[in-house]
Amino acid sequence: MTESRRICMTINGTRHDIEVETRMTLADCLRHQLGLTGTHLGCEHGVCGACTVLFDGHSVRSCLMLAVQADGASLTTVEGLATNGDHLHPLQQAFHDHHGLQCGFCTPGILMTLVEFLKENPDPGEAEVREAIAGNLCRCTGYQGIVAAALDAAARLGAGGTEERP
Amino acid sequence: MKPPPFSYHDPRSLEEALKLLASLDDAKLLAGGQSFMPMLSMRFIMPEHVIDLNRISGLSEIRENGGGIEIGAMVRQSELEFSDLIRSRCPLMKEALRLVGHRPTRNRGTIGGSLCHLDPAAELPVVAAALDASIRVRSERGERRVAMSEFPAFYMTPAIEADEIVTGVEFEPWPVGHGYAFVEFARRHGDFAIVAVAVLMALAGDGTVSRVSITLGGVGSGPLRCSDAESVVSGSRGGAQIFQKAAETCRHIEAMEDVHASSAYRRHLAETLTGRALESAFGRAVNGSSAGKGAPS
Amino acid sequence: MSHSWIGERTKRLEDKALLTGKGRFVDDIDLPGTLEAAFVRSPHPHAEIRSIDTAEALALPGVHAVFTHAEISPVLTTNHVPQDHKAWVFPETARPVVVPENEVCFAGEALAIVVADSRYIAEDAVALVEVEYEPLPAVSDCRKGAEPDSPTVHRDAPNNIVVEFYTEYGDCETAFKQAPHVFKLSLKQHRGGAHPIEPRGTLAQYDSASDAITVWTTTQKPYPMRNGLVELLGTDEHRLRVIVPDVGGGFGGKNIVHSEDAMVVVAAVLLNRPVKWIEDRREHFVAAIQERDQYWDVEVAVDSEGLLQGIRGTIFHDQGAYTLLGLHVPHNSSISVPGPYVLPNYQIFTRVIETNRVGTIPVRGAGYPEGNFVMERLLDEVSRKLGIDRAEVRRRNLIPAEKMPFELPMKTREHTPIIYDSGDFPGCQLRAVEAADYAGFSERQAQALEAGRYRGIGVANMVKVTGRGPFETALVRVGRSGRVMIYTGAMPMGQGTKTTLCQICAGHLGVEPADILIVTADTAGVPHGIGGYGSRQAVTAGNAVHLAALEVRQKALKVASHMLEASEQDMTIEQGEVRVKGAPGLSVSLRDIAKALSGVKGYDKPGGLTPALESTIDFMPPDVTYGNAAHVVEVEVDIGTGDVEILRYVVVNDCGRLINPTIVEGQIHGGVAHGIGNALFEWMGYDENAQPVVTTFADYLLPTATEVPTIEVIHHEFPSTLNPLGIKGVGEAGTIPAAAAIISAVENALTPFGVRIDEAPIAPARLVELIEASRAGISSSNLEDRNQHA
Repeated sequence: MTESRRICMTINGTRHDIEVETRMTLADCLRHQLGLTGTHLGCEHGVCGACTVLFDGHSVRSCLMLAVQADGASLTTVEGLATNGDHLHPLQQAFHDHHGLQCGFCTPGILMTLVEFLKENPDPGEAEVREAIAGNLCRCTGYQGIVAAALDAAARLGAGGTEERP
Repeated sequence: MKPPPFSYHDPRSLEEALKLLASLDDAKLLAGGQSFMPMLSMRFIMPEHVIDLNRISGLSEIRENGGGIEIGAMVRQSELEFSDLIRSRCPLMKEALRLVGHRPTRNRGTIGGSLCHLDPAAELPVVAAALDASIRVRSERGERRVAMSEFPAFYMTPAIEADEIVTGVEFEPWPVGHGYAFVEFARRHGDFAIVAVAVLMALAGDGTVSRVSITLGGVGSGPLRCSDAESVVSGSRGGAQIFQKAAETCRHIEAMEDVHASSAYRRHLAETLTGRALESAFGRAVNGSSAGKGAPS
Repeated sequence: MSHSWIGERTKRLEDKALLTGKGRFVDDIDLPGTLEAAFVRSPHPHAEIRSIDTAEALALPGVHAVFTHAEISPVLTTNHVPQDHKAWVFPETARPVVVPENEVCFAGEALAIVVADSRYIAEDAVALVEVEYEPLPAVSDCRKGAEPDSPTVHRDAPNNIVVEFYTEYGDCETAFKQAPHVFKLSLKQHRGGAHPIEPRGTLAQYDSASDAITVWTTTQKPYPMRNGLVELLGTDEHRLRVIVPDVGGGFGGKNIVHSEDAMVVVAAVLLNRPVKWIEDRREHFVAAIQERDQYWDVEVAVDSEGLLQGIRGTIFHDQGAYTLLGLHVPHNSSISVPGPYVLPNYQIFTRVIETNRVGTIPVRGAGYPEGNFVMERLLDEVSRKLGIDRAEVRRRNLIPAEKMPFELPMKTREHTPIIYDSGDFPGCQLRAVEAADYAGFSERQAQALEAGRYRGIGVANMVKVTGRGPFETALVRVGRSGRVMIYTGAMPMGQGTKTTLCQICAGHLGVEPADILIVTADTAGVPHGIGGYGSRQAVTAGNAVHLAALEVRQKALKVASHMLEASEQDMTIEQGEVRVKGAPGLSVSLRDIAKALSGVKGYDKPGGLTPALESTIDFMPPDVTYGNAAHVVEVEVDIGTGDVEILRYVVVNDCGRLINPTIVEGQIHGGVAHGIGNALFEWMGYDENAQPVVTTFADYLLPTATEVPTIEVIHHEFPSTLNPLGIKGVGEAGTIPAAAAIISAVENALTPFGVRIDEAPIAPARLVELIEASRAGISSSNLEDRNQHA
């Protein structure tokens, strides 16, 4: 019983018209059907946050959505953060500057979580940042570099950073 | 951990959804998916049909209706979190929502889904019980309301029929300036509560407690209204001694035991947190009444 | 030498790809025609396999194969997973198998592999495989497993004892008889897992034309993996290549040849299609390695000044159902108790007992956190009983700086000496307590108590063996393009190995780290190597790269000196050229030197030089080198809930010379976070029937950003005397003393209640229980409070 549907969604500004199995998760669709492997799977039950993407501008766990639910939606994944593929988003640059990643596996999920968070909280304190990423598990960094990066990125984005925010 | 095969339906109207639910055997409803999808991926549930409610319009409104507040079942937890209406009329819910999972899960999770899932450790059922809310239920056979107190039938099982869909929850908000507190103990921020306490409190003109609602979560299959504790506080002038006495009634509640906590620890937490919640709610009630009527809390 | 990058906070070369979603982890590799695998896993902790019926599974559309022992074992030279031991000295039944034939010994053990068009279909088919099990009695608690009438973990074994051994020196009997004070403790350290955020994964591709296999896998040890697979398949090194792509953390969870890895490779060979297995989190919970349980009964003898006279006792160590990596953990635990302290007499009897749970091997810390916990708890006991401040009692017992290098009176199981080569342990603790304002703490604590708050402080010191041999290999080469290249057996899993190694190399050859092309953990790169575990790679690979780059430099200078007719002393290497100082036009590119040495005719070069502008070094450390640290932690305990908040965390760490301080600090932060997990959160639970009861991240609690505080790191640099760069490893350093320091602080916070903590992790519920018991005047059930006099 392989049931499929045609769906159409925009990802990082590009339209995709594809056929997906109805039981396929959004994460698997992004990774394997569309080759956008930047979104990672760490637990497949919604706790680790590595699979977080933006769905119509809001952070969601792509492992907890079916691909068919993204029909008509506009998604942003980590691949869509840098402009022209090369010019790092201030958050990405801040992560680089503050050693905000080690193995990098949890990083895309944290970046997408922070994109939303900083948009709504342009001037957060440390405690708020920690609370915002409390749903993203990292086994490598102890979170310190990530927090420093987020605070720095907030300052950069707030200081009239001309980056387009997705 | 991949979902098993199923037939997927995404009705565009409530009527279509009800028709599907009535006609299909072995169908499950998909709302926010934050509890549903893990169970599906772990194959704890293997329904033949999945009815996705996310394309149905008309279930996603928050509105005032007469004296009451109506929240559509598909309203996302994050919408409630940022709603001005909820903030001003039901600050208890807003305080609780900050503790519900994490922002990405609140962006999809719905109030209806949380109420129907009835996880003993979830926050929203406790809030609904504290508010004496009623749950709106529809089927092809018609509409009915179920009081939140009657809603949990068994462990993680609501008192609704197989062909019924919860369409919303409604409650009468407490008067402006009322005291409130949602306090819980969880191992980490955003985790399910081991024990949670929701307190609502109103003060009479003379400063005594005219009305109080004390509800525990995490201790049993449904939220527990603590009428014994409420009796202690009701009519009193508050204060540490009263609140401690009220909290001590928690020593006699039946509390469940599992891999996370013993019943003794749950009772202990219930007592500790009830005392703290009462203090907090009372403080807010005093501020609320001294701020005068009409001022949002 | 031109600019050296050693000691610089160079920004990581790895970052850009990872930040932009261009990392290449094993599940990101897309080979045409790849099939996906899932495993049939035993639901029973112990059972006989009566029959396996695969017909219904095979009939499912999209299923290509279901392989069991019947299909797999004929392809293998042996069904035993090759081990890193010269000889197997443990019971035969303890040997891990690739695929069980008729007995499964832990819940989650894989007994068949299903291969299908997608993982989705593979999982559908797994449910259709009908296995007839005959459940057998299971052993869950290793102490019960040691009892003579216990059921056996393996049906055919006489008992559950893997091995029992003494670790001892001196004369404990006399020491204990003569000591004025003897104190006893029973301690429990609970099972925990590695849980990198990326689970395990293996992709195998068989090329029938060349009869060669390529394996992309998350392994921490690429060459042992290759060698193990070569042995299993009866092939040769040139026909089996292991490539480790980007890896999302290891922590010990990806350290060995797993039975699943071997089964995936066999499936690829049998099907002549690429086969990929990506572990899901539930599989990691039940079938990936774990560390501990350990139960210690120990006693310490001290004089009236609190000076250690002796420690003795017994450990029960839960080995799990198979001995997956020898005795690394129980051995390390038993030799790490003395730590940085002077301990004149010592005797520990270690009983390594099997259980019907997944096997235990090193997770970050590798048995050292366990030994450390025991020593630190004992020192706290001494402090409490004799009324000596906890930092002071440690100061008195720490090996003084002037005694370094310090040789312990015992040898390792391989009969090698244990010598702490360098460091200043008392100086390290002093810096830590000063930085943490330990002296001012009693006032902070008193003030908090007045406000009804319970604050505590804890101190712990550790040493950790690092830089294990036997070797690591690096090849540094200037290629045809003139580009500097490094090939090495080293294996990065997040610790910035590529950046660090490029930093080491760059200065010798006048290039920037970003100019260097580095290939790690690809067995086609260098002919042999080892990989990453036990805080070894900075030491071993780092020095290999250093020495190889130095040789390349010297060779280049020699050739250039000949070509330019200038003295080597007058030359520098900058921007890819050898230049003569003060003579701007006089230079020769490294590319041309490389060409000259590669056999291209027409170049004038000195005789007697080996071909190619490259050098391969197998760095063989003369001995292990010891890192050291002191942690001071301040906590507050909410006695109403039992919740512990870490208010301040200070680390003074000696890992010798720092190549990249930022990377070192990141390793310490991560290590401490893992230690916080070990102290307060990570409980891998099994019931009394050896069924795992914790199988999701909702129940197994990894610390998040709201539980881990800002960690203050101070570097206490005492270069190692055992390698040219003076490096000591740091990968595990943050974890080793963390649980001890935190739990000491919690106990200190609860001093008004006289609570004693004898376990890790400790949960809030248990703290509340201990507080209530103490209030009720009942002494904690686990602890005996005896103060024996001679």
